[in-house]
Amino acid sequence: MVGKIGRLRSMARSLAYAAWAAAAFLALPGAGAAQELVMGLGGAVTSIDPHFHNLAPNNGVAANIFDRLVHQDENQRLIPGLATEWQAIDDTTWEFKLRKDVRFHDGSPFDAEDVVATIRRVPRVPNSPSSFAISTRAIAETIVVDSHTIRFRTSKPYPLLPNDLSTVNIISRKAGEAATGDFNQGRAAIGTGPFKLIEFVPGDRVVLQRNDAYWGGAVPWSRVTIKTIANPSARTAALVAGDVQIIDQVSTADVPRIKSNPQIAISKTTSNRLIYLALDQNREQSPFVTDKQGALLPNNPFKNRKVRMALSRAINRDAIAQRIFDGEAIPAGGLLPTGFFGTSEKLKPDTFDPEIARKLLAEAGYPNGFAMTIHGPNDRYPEDEKVLQAIGPMFSRVGIDTRVVTLPWANFVTQASAPNYAYSLMLVGWGAGTGEVSSPLRSLLASVNKDSGMGASNRGRYSNPQLDEQLSKALATVDDVARAKLLAEASETAMGDVGLIPLYYQVNLWAHRRGIQYAPRADEYTLAFFVRPTK
Amino acid sequence: MTVFIIRRLMQSAFVLLIMSLLVFFGVYAIGDPVEIFIAADADQIERERAMQALGLDQPIWAQYGFFLLNAMRGDLGRSFVFNIPSIELILQRLPATLELAACAVTLSVLVGIPLGMYAGYRPQSRIAKAIMATSIAGFSLPTFWVGLMLILVFAVQLGWLPSTGRGQLGEFLGIHSSLFTLDGLAHLLLPAFNLALFNISLVIRLTRAGMRENMPMDYVKFARAKGLTQRRVVFVHVLKNIMIPVVTVIGLEIGQVIAFAVVTETIFAWPGMGKLIIDSINRLDRPVIVAYLLITVVMFIVINLVVDILYSILDPRVRLADAGH
Repeated sequence: MVGKIGRLRSMARSLAYAAWAAAAFLALPGAGAAQELVMGLGGAVTSIDPHFHNLAPNNGVAANIFDRLVHQDENQRLIPGLATEWQAIDDTTWEFKLRKDVRFHDGSPFDAEDVVATIRRVPRVPNSPSSFAISTRAIAETIVVDSHTIRFRTSKPYPLLPNDLSTVNIISRKAGEAATGDFNQGRAAIGTGPFKLIEFVPGDRVVLQRNDAYWGGAVPWSRVTIKTIANPSARTAALVAGDVQIIDQVSTADVPRIKSNPQIAISKTTSNRLIYLALDQNREQSPFVTDKQGALLPNNPFKNRKVRMALSRAINRDAIAQRIFDGEAIPAGGLLPTGFFGTSEKLKPDTFDPEIARKLLAEAGYPNGFAMTIHGPNDRYPEDEKVLQAIGPMFSRVGIDTRVVTLPWANFVTQASAPNYAYSLMLVGWGAGTGEVSSPLRSLLASVNKDSGMGASNRGRYSNPQLDEQLSKALATVDDVARAKLLAEASETAMGDVGLIPLYYQVNLWAHRRGIQYAPRADEYTLAFFVRPTK
Repeated sequence: MTVFIIRRLMQSAFVLLIMSLLVFFGVYAIGDPVEIFIAADADQIERERAMQALGLDQPIWAQYGFFLLNAMRGDLGRSFVFNIPSIELILQRLPATLELAACAVTLSVLVGIPLGMYAGYRPQSRIAKAIMATSIAGFSLPTFWVGLMLILVFAVQLGWLPSTGRGQLGEFLGIHSSLFTLDGLAHLLLPAFNLALFNISLVIRLTRAGMRENMPMDYVKFARAKGLTQRRVVFVHVLKNIMIPVVTVIGLEIGQVIAFAVVTETIFAWPGMGKLIIDSINRLDRPVIVAYLLITVVMFIVINLVVDILYSILDPRVRLADAGH
């Protein structure tokens, strides 16, 4: 298998790194704590229990301690984890071959029973504010074939099982009944991952130690401290002062200063997170769309495709990317950057053209435009408020008098989401956790259906029977090539109909001291194993 | 005095009840916590499960009733996101904040009172004018800016002190604190000074005003006429008299510093209660918000009580029984 050769090569590379690291640290004056890595991360870790709270900072820490059956590489493509290979043996059965000679941190060997214990525990964690049950729900039955082969039976064809399982951390069977507190105190935090947990101080730090027996090759750091530094300026300052070696979520404002510092380098990659505008396409009258005198419009203009097109053409995406983000944002025309599974090459960002936008509005029956209020958060996405303040005048320029209202995320999201659906046009973001395009299609664009769990975040309540059909067909197609094609077609349908207005993909930024490097990840995680001393 | 304390305690219970009601319904009005802490790609089925698991599917009055019942038994609920009893969570963070607050208040007393006394004793001198000018800066510069500047100068430029976090903890008489290690003290210095800056200025101004007011008074002239040394006049008689307003303000400031060290804790990534409350508000972690504010109310009540009792010791003319009216 290609994976095996790749692994050998990466092992050889890791060995070279380790040798280099040792030499470099001996040569560096003042680097007393050899092979120690301190990371300053923005998100606060709330628990070490990998199944308690599906929250990015928690998942990031867990990924250092635990492994999944299937891993995601830095571009979220699926690669072998604790499973060496997997295949659908029929439409409703997935078979996973487990890696042999893997040991947990306590020395006990890993086998199929640990997977069984994990799948059993995931939906049963008490008081979980956001569980991973959604990732194991498709599994109707777990069958242990032998100690290193396991089969999952699903009630209907379910191609996304490997994607879903790439988010589920495998725990030791000994921790199968453990409480969240047991993980936090370290008793149950026994994984197979590259690092062992030493200490978790909520709100402050997580301390990890090298797992010398790691199956995935040499671990570059003997000790890793993950510090929580919520304030972006303080994070930058800690890096510049040398108290931490790498930081995530570099604030756009700090980028020029960091670039000019010879001691510091930046790593970046396009994120899986799309920032977009959702439009109310459900109500006959939308609450924040009025004529220019302030009276509610009798019809909801966003139901007209031409109006949605006009809005999209009125937005100068390049200006937003250049002026607000200093180039660190990518104008978007689809739901995920091309290269991700199921994206369509055909979807390009709409070009900025206020003339065409005005014409489209006139054709739709609004030659003089109308007035509206657009809503968005002011503390959720990088520069979210500035982006909204820039978009407002762009709409006004084509004749739609636009007022911008921004709110703290806590207030905004409750109002914007089911069952309130309070706004007409709003700025929101979506990160595709599974790294493929069915994630935004299912959540943002499929018709809202409580029972099937479709359209859970479809805040504009967009509904297109053609899209629903294409999507359900894709979601029942186990063959990867065929599914990728169906998903690409479904996204073309949705974007051709302007079900939502894509703005830009974020760029994930890390800054680190010279002398180390990081393979930047589309999913925003900062994983210590992939922070490496440079050659 | 006993009557006074009992009456105070009864008032306090009432304040606590009102406070819990306000906070509970206030947080409910802000938004739906599940929307905040659920993973974005969770579907409606998972959302419903989370609502049920956390008891948020009940009507709000039922949730409040349930909370009150548990509160009577001393249980203020579990944090939604940590799954730890909220009191325990707060008490875990309390030591970090207490040591920060204690250092800040000590700094403001040790620096503020002598400087204030000097500025009041020799108001025309250049040093006094410099002290007063600096104290204006201490008042008016925003804490977050000063904090960042301190990091920039002492951590980034000079590299003398660490920029963020709490350092190593030492153990002394069973208490774990960063006061007992050099590394811990180095981490503590910048945030403590940042937090103290405002209070130092406040104490300087209060002390100076007190000095200027008291020095021309009859009892000072009388003490001098009696042949007491200047040192004894200033440090015993005048100091005692100017301490009343200073004690009041320091008392209130202790509460402020403990409860609302948010900005300093955020900038210096200090794992204290202030950071916990701001995170909890952003996450709408209602049990923690309610418990935190109730604990804060209790703290202020206790501090005020202690201040009132201190008054009566500093100034025997103050009768505690009258303070309740």
